[in-house]
Amino acid sequence: MPDEILETTIASKEPEARRSRRRRGGPTEASPASKAIAFVVLVGGSFLFAYPFLWMIATSLRTRQGVAEGGITIWPVQWEWSNYLDGLSSFPFWQYLGNTLLATLLPVLFTVLASSAVGFAFARIPAPGSGIIFAIVLATMLLPGEVTLVPQFILFRELDMMDSLYPIILPAAFGSPFFIFLFRQFYLRLPQSLADAAMIDGAGWFRTWWSIYLPLSQPIIVAAAVLQFMTSWNNFLAPAIYVNTERWKTFPLALAGFSNANSTDTSLLMATSIVVVLPCILVFFFAQKHIVGGISFTGTK
Amino acid sequence: MNDIVTSIEEALGAVGLPEGLRPIGAFLVILLCVYAVFLVPLWIAVRRRWVARSTAAFWCFISPWVFGFLFFTVGPMVYSLVLSFYSWDLISDPVFVGGDNYVRAAQDPKVYRAIQVTLTYAVVSVPLGVIISLAVALLLNLRVAGINVFRTVWYLPSLVTGVALVVLFLWVFNPNYGLINGVLAVLGIDGPAWFADPNWALPAVVIMSLWTVGGNMVIYLAGLQDVPTELYEAAHLDGASTMRRFWHITLPQMSPVIFFGAITGLIAAMQTFTQGYIVTQSGGGPNDSLLFFVLYLYNNAFKFFQMGYASALAWILLVMILLITVLVFRGSAFWVYYESTNAKARKRARK
Repeated sequence: MPDEILETTIASKEPEARRSRRRRGGPTEASPASKAIAFVVLVGGSFLFAYPFLWMIATSLRTRQGVAEGGITIWPVQWEWSNYLDGLSSFPFWQYLGNTLLATLLPVLFTVLASSAVGFAFARIPAPGSGIIFAIVLATMLLPGEVTLVPQFILFRELDMMDSLYPIILPAAFGSPFFIFLFRQFYLRLPQSLADAAMIDGAGWFRTWWSIYLPLSQPIIVAAAVLQFMTSWNNFLAPAIYVNTERWKTFPLALAGFSNANSTDTSLLMATSIVVVLPCILVFFFAQKHIVGGISFTGTK
Repeated sequence: MNDIVTSIEEALGAVGLPEGLRPIGAFLVILLCVYAVFLVPLWIAVRRRWVARSTAAFWCFISPWVFGFLFFTVGPMVYSLVLSFYSWDLISDPVFVGGDNYVRAAQDPKVYRAIQVTLTYAVVSVPLGVIISLAVALLLNLRVAGINVFRTVWYLPSLVTGVALVVLFLWVFNPNYGLINGVLAVLGIDGPAWFADPNWALPAVVIMSLWTVGGNMVIYLAGLQDVPTELYEAAHLDGASTMRRFWHITLPQMSPVIFFGAITGLIAAMQTFTQGYIVTQSGGGPNDSLLFFVLYLYNNAFKFFQMGYASALAWILLVMILLITVLVFRGSAFWVYYESTNAKARKRARK
């Protein structure tokens, strides 16, 4: 059953596979009057949703006095760009950036590769018990990670990995059930003839996966990489448990400490928050193009 | 285990591996050993034709997941179940205490408080989030000018997550200078102290969660675009009103997506941690109003170093989440509509 739920949810990510089967509904047509009402609601709602964001940016550019006087307005702004410099120089910015990148990019790389390989096996390699194991993979999605919090802590202590980034990177490096599911679904929709042709040409399973299936799954690679990037970049619980010296602090941990220490200096705090959030927004805009662009290509005609 | 790791590390140090890389080196050595134990019998089995080559390839391909599953999921879970019957402060030896940890949890008023806070948050924020994201998705599915700009604006807040989100909303809910109380003051209402007020702290966290409905909205939007158009056309020909079309086509067709959103939302809400930790600086807040279950678990494990008790709490959380999941799955039979299962049933009927 979870298979079908996910199927429906993920369908949007590979529209080309569905389009052939049935015509699906695009944006709904409505009468001009209800459209006008909807437009007003849309504008009002957008304002409501964007306001805290704009206010955050405005606050980050104000002087201390400006923050107190500004209240709920987003204008005037004092354009105190030095807030950003001050905020970032109040902690070892480059070091934290390096730590955060390590703790983000390594899980992205490993989990995408591992999930793709595992998903390929479930989709294309016939083996007894494959269905049952796949059901177990899906079931683990429902398990709360907190149950393993204490034993993992003990495990990493035994492995001599306290106060390092290893406990943050390793659990995320062996593939995630959700991504395995995404890859499997995508590979199932690629024609079986791809694998057959490769095998006839003498490629083994590994070459078939590495040189044919993996490159073809670019949309899923991007989607999985973006999701993992967001999760790892914002991961707070694991660093809060394992990291306790300056050397290995990541941005979320630094920001949390910073908000305790500088809760009075709001503009610095907002400036730092924006810098921490910015990569996620950039990655989103970058990836959006690639996911859409990569979908129309399936390999065979 | 620590002795083995230490000796491997010493060996690696002798080879000249820098100190920071020794733990991961030792880990990789252990990983390779595990792989060897796993691959050698497999290789022999393939040679003697006990198993097909493709079966062996299958197991090699899924081995990363198998390893992660055994080492970071099943192994730790079994360990934590065992540990929940011990009392251990990490320094002295663990002492077997039987079911004492569970008895203690049953008598701990903070556990009840934590369950109450977590369940209240889940039960209020998840349905509200589902309704609002569905409503927003319906709006954003209309064909009006600049719809892509609107979609982006509604989606953007969901990119502000984790600590940055909490830091922003600490400021939004600031009793004196914050956005919310500022707006309320303009309307002539004297706003509450939000995070400092035991009655308003949890509602503030709920409002905070609603600002980021954009993430779910995208999923609902995709679901809406997947509803077959001919259903709407047929209904339109039959003269069905907008409301009826929503009620009898959109909602049933969307029910699997809504169900998925609800169940993942519930599981995530039960695991809320960051909000409580940062707002209350891990204390739990006034009158423990933000003492989420995972926060209490974290405090017991990593502040009070009661590993056994924390493990028992973790298992209580697991059982609670599984119960809720089973309940929601059971209930889903009454309102979730699956096109594919229905098609199968129809085929069976035709035969």
